[in-house]
Amino acid sequence: MKLSIPEKEILGHGHLACQGCGAALAMRYALKAFGTNTALSVPACCWSVIDGPFPHSSVNVPLFHTAFETAASAASGIKAGFEVQGRDVTVVAWAGDGGTYDIGIQALSGAAERNDDLIYVCYDNEAYMNTGVQRSGSTPYLSWTTTTPVKHPKDRPKKDIISIMAAHRIPYLATASVAFPEDMIAKFKKAKEIKGTRFLLVFSPCPPGWRTNPINTVKLARLAVETRVFPLIEVENGRNWKLTKKVRKEKPVVEYLKLQGRFKHLTEDNVAEIQENVNREWEILMDKVGKDE
Amino acid sequence: MKKVMIGNYALSYGAKLSRAQVIGAYPITPQTEVVELLSEMCASGELDAKFIKVESEHSAMAACIGASATGARTFTATSSQGLALMHEVLHWAVGARTPVVMGNINRALGPPWTIWTEQTDSLAQRDTGWMQVYAQNNQEVIDSVIQAYKVAEAVQLPAMVVLAAFVLSHTSETVDIPEQEKVDEFLPSYDPEYKIDPDNPHAFGGLTGPDGYFELRYQIQKAMEDALAKWEEIGREFGDLFGRHYGLVETYKVEDARELIISSATLASTARGVVDELREKGKKVGLLRIRVFRPFPAETVRSLLSAVDKAIVVDRNISFGASGIFYQEVKATMYNEKNKPPIFGVIAGLGGRDVTVKDIMNIYEDVMKQDEPKSDIIWKGVKI
Repeated sequence: MKLSIPEKEILGHGHLACQGCGAALAMRYALKAFGTNTALSVPACCWSVIDGPFPHSSVNVPLFHTAFETAASAASGIKAGFEVQGRDVTVVAWAGDGGTYDIGIQALSGAAERNDDLIYVCYDNEAYMNTGVQRSGSTPYLSWTTTTPVKHPKDRPKKDIISIMAAHRIPYLATASVAFPEDMIAKFKKAKEIKGTRFLLVFSPCPPGWRTNPINTVKLARLAVETRVFPLIEVENGRNWKLTKKVRKEKPVVEYLKLQGRFKHLTEDNVAEIQENVNREWEILMDKVGKDE
Repeated sequence: MKKVMIGNYALSYGAKLSRAQVIGAYPITPQTEVVELLSEMCASGELDAKFIKVESEHSAMAACIGASATGARTFTATSSQGLALMHEVLHWAVGARTPVVMGNINRALGPPWTIWTEQTDSLAQRDTGWMQVYAQNNQEVIDSVIQAYKVAEAVQLPAMVVLAAFVLSHTSETVDIPEQEKVDEFLPSYDPEYKIDPDNPHAFGGLTGPDGYFELRYQIQKAMEDALAKWEEIGREFGDLFGRHYGLVETYKVEDARELIISSATLASTARGVVDELREKGKKVGLLRIRVFRPFPAETVRSLLSAVDKAIVVDRNISFGASGIFYQEVKATMYNEKNKPPIFGVIAGLGGRDVTVKDIMNIYEDVMKQDEPKSDIIWKGVKI
């Protein structure tokens, strides 16, 4: 039998992720696809803690901790360092949404514009979770966080990082979800075989930050795709927008929202507005997918 | 081979002769010629290095740190605002123990916008753990880059070679370019004990609590202390091979001196002329040029100053709310000494204001009229 997910576990036991952490699942699958000839550049984010305190490390590949806004720039340097020594190593910048959408976007944009030969993975849990749930540029509209309290929830939509990265015309970018491991592994593997800057956005539910039951992590990640909140796509060279997971009959967004404490304060009107926003974003996406298909 | 070149090119040639393998750099006046020449060298194959043309100085340093952590030799250059932007990652380079070598062209900070020389940019980084060497001419620039790699890699700390904007960066001087074979003999390829290696996977810089962090900081200080001897030893070794000897400091006519003028970089070159003039008049004056500022050559400073009657420190920099920075360091170093002269602190030439032989002569004459300093700052040439 040929398995679509490699059986070999590279991520070790004893890491420090919370129960039901989407980001831990993301790393587990990513390492299965990348293999051990890999080096990670990890800025300040949950994973700078999850890997384990000194002298422990759970990833079983070299992990270079670097400053918050330097995931991409340190990775560019690591890749260059290997290159000049004649070593072919898969270099992966592994950052959260704060380190990607916000403080690290300059270094990421620089690396992408230069098309530096690295894989950039953003595990997206939609807020600054490591510091205790503060809003980021990735936090969705009307979400609660500790800096967007229910009396004044987030009043701006999640930043469209995919379009920003597509505008760099990098050879490969994709979204992935911890609820669809075959799709995710296929994308990590595809990314590994391509040269240049590759960007992967992995939807990673966070039970403490989203105020959800850890048991629902995979369910929420699946619902995000099924409600079209987080479509699974691929984009090559800024074009060829492709939907990799087609949802025959989408579910209403309320099914996704109602399981999460961060959306508990929403009124029916709020939910209706979010549904309209999701519908509109889907149409925008379909314009891109349709044009290229 | 002798060649006439500006200080910026001397930096580039220093990096080339040292066989820098990864360069990450971003342009800033008055540093641009450094990266322009290195770009050409990389493009022509004259230098076998990978040049990452980053989008900021912050990324330049982060890329150098990443590359250095894989075991590659790295180089960057910057100035003023660029160095200030790097501040966070300067600390990172030290904590990660990556021996990055950087050229910094001393330029005053804005606002108001300015491009002329002052040392406050680099001296504001004094507590990062970077070694700092201040060059007085273009020959010393090229020579110091090569020595900086050797010291940095020996003690696993980064090093900054500092030169004055325009006074050196854009001034052409004759430079004896060391032969590549001899440089290779002096500076073997970099092969660190610990590096990012998938065949031997480790985490670098992982979370460390109060039980371990303290010792890591102790080790950085010990490495700095070791570096004191290294700069002397490697400066001598360099001299034996290339005929130009270097140390932590340079002294001039100090043997019988009763008064000492203390300065750094190109200001010290000007002060040398003053010493000559005063010696002709029979004054027993000497010059102490502090070449290596970090690690600070405290022992040398103590032994020289305890033998004189008066010392004058001329600073082209200021720590607002305190005084000149070399002055602070010299004064603090002497505090516990039994025999210590009155130490006068002069601030001159901020923002590239010219400091002439006549200016330093006036400073000397003024100080000679005073028994003790009245304050920590004697301002030279302020027009208010």
